[in-house]
Amino acid sequence: MPATVNPATLATVRVRFFARYAELVGRSEAEVSLPLPATVGDVVRRVREDFPGAGDLPERPLAAVNLKQAKLDARVQDGDEVALLPPIAGG
Amino acid sequence: MTYLTRDPLSVDRLLAEVSSPTCGGTSVFLGTVRNGPDEHGVTAIEYSAYEDMVEAEFGRLLADARGRWPEARISVRHRLGTIPVGEASIAIVAAAPHRAQAFEACRYVIEAVKQRIPVWKKELRTDGSEVWVDPSGRPAAKPSHV
Repeated sequence: MPATVNPATLATVRVRFFARYAELVGRSEAEVSLPLPATVGDVVRRVREDFPGAGDLPERPLAAVNLKQAKLDARVQDGDEVALLPPIAGG
Repeated sequence: MTYLTRDPLSVDRLLAEVSSPTCGGTSVFLGTVRNGPDEHGVTAIEYSAYEDMVEAEFGRLLADARGRWPEARISVRHRLGTIPVGEASIAIVAAAPHRAQAFEACRYVIEAVKQRIPVWKKELRTDGSEVWVDPSGRPAAKPSHV
């Protein structure tokens, strides 16, 4: 294991929260950095650990990457936008 | 193209968008804000959305619908913001050469909206309370720490 993480192996993603999730976390967006390779699930875990109130988010929320629904095992890349979506209630 | 508006929905405008001499049937669906016996004094619903994704997902959804009914002409708008009881939150119109395609395409779009379009609603009630609604139509459970 290297002593330091090479910045090239770090991904910074923009995380967006909506509706009830935004109320729980107390914000509508955040930025998190995490080592690659990383998945949507890794982003969710990081958010749940790092932000007060985010512990009340579900462990397996509906999510989207770059405006498209994505599974929790989907890979994320540097610069991606990851959205955590409460159960959809449109119409 | 934008599928979102904060203004009252105009069915006439949508009908004009799909109008075609080749279409003999047009189906219209309106979803309206309800205060029925299962609600608790709802005066309005506040609609919010992941707007960029709504636009992208509606594009994909309508492409899917056009793949299924290539001759159909479909338009849709979802309204956001505070919508009083009785007013429409979504309008879908589908025109097709024959009525079966128009009905089917219209139904397909509203059912897909319920699954795919990231919109959320919060009930505003006569007692002053505000409650997020979950997809089953029941108010969302409060978080465990409340």
